[in-house]
Amino acid sequence: MEKDANQLRIHIINMLTESGSGHPGGSLSAADLLTYLYFKEMSIDSEDKDHPNRDRFILSKGHAAPALYGILAMKGFFNSSELKNLRKMGSFLQGHPDMRKVPGVDMSTGSLGQGFSASIGVALGGKIDEKSYRVYTLLGDGELQEGIVWEAAMAASHYKLDNLVAIIDNNGLQIDGTNDEVMKVNPLKDKWESFGWRVVEIDGHCFQDIERGFVIAKQTKGQPTAIIAKTSKGKGVSFMENKVCWHGATPSEAERVQAVQELEANLC
Amino acid sequence: MSIATRESYGNILVELGEENKNIVVLDADLSKSTKTAGFAKKFPKRFINAGIAEQNLMGMAAGLATTGKIPFASTFAVFATGRAFEIIRNSICYPNLNVKIAATHAGLTVGEDGGSHQSIEDIAIMRSLPNMSIIVPADDVETKQAVRAAVDIDGPVYIRLGRLGVPAIFDNNYTFTFGKGNLLKDGQDITIIGMGIMTSKCIQAAERLEKDGIHARVINISTVKPIDEEIIIKAAKESDCIITVEEHSVIGGLGSAVCDVVSMFQPVKVIKIGVNDKFGESGNPEELLVKYGLTIENIYHTAKQAIKDNA
Repeated sequence: MEKDANQLRIHIINMLTESGSGHPGGSLSAADLLTYLYFKEMSIDSEDKDHPNRDRFILSKGHAAPALYGILAMKGFFNSSELKNLRKMGSFLQGHPDMRKVPGVDMSTGSLGQGFSASIGVALGGKIDEKSYRVYTLLGDGELQEGIVWEAAMAASHYKLDNLVAIIDNNGLQIDGTNDEVMKVNPLKDKWESFGWRVVEIDGHCFQDIERGFVIAKQTKGQPTAIIAKTSKGKGVSFMENKVCWHGATPSEAERVQAVQELEANLC
Repeated sequence: MSIATRESYGNILVELGEENKNIVVLDADLSKSTKTAGFAKKFPKRFINAGIAEQNLMGMAAGLATTGKIPFASTFAVFATGRAFEIIRNSICYPNLNVKIAATHAGLTVGEDGGSHQSIEDIAIMRSLPNMSIIVPADDVETKQAVRAAVDIDGPVYIRLGRLGVPAIFDNNYTFTFGKGNLLKDGQDITIIGMGIMTSKCIQAAERLEKDGIHARVINISTVKPIDEEIIIKAAKESDCIITVEEHSVIGGLGSAVCDVVSMFQPVKVIKIGVNDKFGESGNPEELLVKYGLTIENIYHTAKQAIKDNA
């Protein structure tokens, strides 16, 4: 899976250099989590993308679209040759995921907090129909500043949605600075627990730890699970790691070359 | 016998819930007022209370729609369209999800709760959203048919309902047609276009005008978006002046929609009767309608004056 995650990171870097706009930092921090979800955890099939009992994934932090597009291409939902058209006019790979355009996308997102809110509805749908599918949603930590997140968290716990797992990509940074500088969100574990969620804290870049989180989530009954993943924004690219400025700036060709070299070195 | 359109909604929802197992209903702690409580009692597993959290109400409705459910999301119009606007925009309209927003307590006739609760802008806001259809039924019969029709529309629908009882306009021979206005009375001297609770007042004003020898055309617009351009253009062509009447701001609602049509295709003078860019206030519904000029009297006098001015 390390190899797959690395390949995903290469896709992210390449597509963002080509597009000239987008969000590398938050896409890279989520790469390992997405790799685990799509290659190990979720029951999905690119040949049967509308299966009513498929697991669902909602990228609530929709700006990490490059990561989602990369992983969907790797899983065969569409040809990876399409990735270079990210954000281009007429491309189905819009700046933020569009469920009407991209096969494999379960909900359109981009406006923070709303994907998470929708995930409550998706999980409720599963409970109403007594289906066994699981719902996974990835949020940013800055995203937790949105009020709707807490409305949704309250509802998920009230409705005992143990078929729902929220993963928080806790890289500690946002646009105007660190979370602590802009608007403190910690303590995360306490917050989610007080809202009635089972909380697991993991290293978002260690597959063994990621697995531990999802195993606990699967075993948890009567309440939803929040996996707080400690991550590094820009992970995998030395000059991007933990830097606020790489939230929404894209690499130059020279930077792309360096980044890909670093990532390819990891593939050996 | 008058019955509020929110009441009609509550009743038809139970019927539809029986016929279509995919219908789910969501509310935000107002089910006794919105009348979704009837559905909640009959189908508790398909009723979701969001609590006092209108943004999440709409977000959950969107998510449910992605699983093949037909969600009816209800709360007061002011909160549905205001508080949750961007969720309706980005989670419902942008992905074109099959959510029906049945908002009650629209307009001034909310009454005593006052200005903070009286939505005079909900239609203006909803009109601005691509993929959103807007239905404002005028009576019990029309509400039941319109809500049923909304189930068959593939995409977002906003249904505007009221707190106040309205007299019957249509009988059981009526067929609601989405996107089509109703010619309730023909006439060539002036056209009066009404919506929602104001439609029956337009009819009564026209009857008074008839006694004065003025033949007014009366049209009911129940689908504000997409609006029936044909019936409006025909009226503009054949009657020289249009009065629009709505329990809504004169900015962005029925009157503005009619102005859009006529100014593009058949320019005529349009006089808008509605809330004149003011917030509402506490009062009983009837006295509020009087204070804000939403009366048979005002429609009648406005029409007479318009004809005098035109002569």
